[in-house]
Amino acid sequence: MGAVSGRLAARAAFVAAPIVLRNLTLTHERRPAVHHLSGTFAPASLTAIVGPNGAGKTTLLRAIAGLHAVAEGVLDLGGLPARAIGLLPQASALDRGFPVSCLDVVALGALGRVGAFARMPQAELDRAADAMARVGMQGFERRPVGSLSAGQFQRVLFARLIVQDAPVMLLDEPTSAVDARTEAALLGLMHGWHEEGRTVIAVLHDLELVAAHFPQTLLLAREAVGWGRTGEVLTPENRLRARLAAEAWVEAPEICDAPHSHAA
Amino acid sequence: MNWLVEPFAMGFMRRALAGCIALSVAGPPLGVFLVLRRLSLSADVLQHGILPGVAIGAAIGGATLWVMGLGGFFAGLLVALLGGALARATAGREDSQLAGVYLIALALGVAIISQTRGVDLTHVLFGSVLGVTDEALFLMAGVASVALIGLAVIWRPLVLESFDPLFLRALGGHGAWWHLGFMALVVLCVVGGFSALGTLMSLGLIILPAVAARHWAAELAGQIRASVALALAASWLGLMLAYHVDLPAGPAIVLTAGGLWVASLLAGSRDSLRARLRRPHFSG
Repeated sequence: MGAVSGRLAARAAFVAAPIVLRNLTLTHERRPAVHHLSGTFAPASLTAIVGPNGAGKTTLLRAIAGLHAVAEGVLDLGGLPARAIGLLPQASALDRGFPVSCLDVVALGALGRVGAFARMPQAELDRAADAMARVGMQGFERRPVGSLSAGQFQRVLFARLIVQDAPVMLLDEPTSAVDARTEAALLGLMHGWHEEGRTVIAVLHDLELVAAHFPQTLLLAREAVGWGRTGEVLTPENRLRARLAAEAWVEAPEICDAPHSHAA
Repeated sequence: MNWLVEPFAMGFMRRALAGCIALSVAGPPLGVFLVLRRLSLSADVLQHGILPGVAIGAAIGGATLWVMGLGGFFAGLLVALLGGALARATAGREDSQLAGVYLIALALGVAIISQTRGVDLTHVLFGSVLGVTDEALFLMAGVASVALIGLAVIWRPLVLESFDPLFLRALGGHGAWWHLGFMALVVLCVVGGFSALGTLMSLGLIILPAVAARHWAAELAGQIRASVALALAASWLGLMLAYHVDLPAGPAIVLTAGGLWVASLLAGSRDSLRARLRRPHFSG
C-alpha cells in the first residue's frame, strides 16, 4: 500500500501544473501544423480538441507528449516528466503483427514504474487484467494482438493507458472504430479520470459527443478559432470560420514574418 | 545406429557440436527479433560486413582467432551503424545502398584475404569443423553467453521498440540505443559462428530456424523455443552431414536448417501447407 499512496502523492504533485502554450508554432518541414497558438489547459480540465483535417490536432497532442519538436514559442508542461503523460495514439502507427499477447501489451503501461529491466510484479499483472476487464476485454488476456479487430485493439490500448495511470491523458480519436457500447464505456472512463483530478485532452470529430461530454473545447484550425467553454466555442460562426480557414490553406505559402502578431 | 554417434568420437567434432549448441541457444532468439523487425536482409549485409574486419585482423595478427574475431566485431558494428544512418538518410528505403555495402564488403574482404599468407579463404567464407579449436570453442561459448544474457536484459524495451516505438519514445526511452545494442548482439553471434560456419554462412543458424519457427508458434516465447529446438536439430544433423558427405560445416548446417524450414512450411502447425489443407474453423 505504501507504494500506491506514494504514487498518488506523486500524481497530486504533478497535477498542480497547467499545460501552457505561448505563441506555439509546430511545423512539418517548414509548414506550420499549429500556428502561433496561445492558451492554457487547466489542471484537472476535460478538453476536446476539434477541427477540420490538417488542423494540427494530432501534432499538438504529439508535441505535448514530447514526440514532436517545438519550432517556435513555448510549450510549458510545468515540469511534468515524459512518463507522467499518457498518450493513446491513432492505432495505425503500431506493428499489430508483432506476436505479443494482449495482457503483455497492457502490462507494458507499467513500464514507467517497473523500469526497463526489473521483473514485472504480479501486482502490475493483476492491475493489467483489471484494466482489461474495465474496457470489456476480459478473456482476451492470452490472445495475440494480431488477432483482434480494430475496435478491440483500440480497447487494449485504452487499457494500457489505464495501467499507465498518468496525471495527464492525451487521446487521439479514442472513439473511432469502436461500437456504441464501447464508446459509452470509454467516455465513462474519461469522465472518471476527470473526476480523479487528471487533465484529459481528447481529439474528437463527433461534435454531438463533444457537446454532451466535454466542458472545455479547443476549436483548432492551425490557429485557435475558439478555446473555452464548449457551448461558447462550438457556435455556427466559429465552425464556419474553421472550415473557411481549412479551405484557405495555400499550396505555396510565404514566410510568416510576423511571429508575434497572433500572440494572445 | 553407429553412424549417429561415430562422428562425435573425434575431438574436433565434439568441439564443433558443443560450439554449435551454444550458438543454437543464443542465436535463434536474436533471429526471431530480426525477422519480426524486418531486419533479416540488413543482418545479411551485417554478416558480409564482418569479412573485411576478419581479413584485416588476419593480416595484422596472422591466423589468430581472437584478432580476427575482434576485427570482425568492430567491422560488423561499423556496418550496423552505417545501416542505421542509411535508413535515416533514405527514410527507410535503404535497400539499394545496403546491397552496395554488402558487395563492397565482400569484395574488400576477399581481396585482403587473398593477399594474406596462411589463411584459407574457403575456411573463412564457409567454415570448417576442423577450425573449431579449443580457442574457437571458447569464443563461440563466450559470445553465446554474452548474447543470451544481453538479450534477456534488453528484452522488454526491445519488444516495445519493435511493437510500438512511439510509446517507448513517449515514455522518454531511446529506441535507437536499444536497436544498436540488439544489433551488437547479432554481430557478436555472427562473429562467434564464423570459425565453424564461415562468414558467409554464420547467419544461417540464426535466421533460418527463426523463419521456420513462425510456423510452429503464434506467440513470441513459443517462436523462440521453437527456433532454438530447430537450431539444435540443424546443428547436430548438419554436423553429421558434414562428416559423412565431407562437406564444409557451414553449408552442411545451413542446408539442414533450410531443410527444416521447408519441412516447417509443409507440416508446421501455423500458416503451413498442412494447416491450409485441413483447417476446420472453431465454433466460437
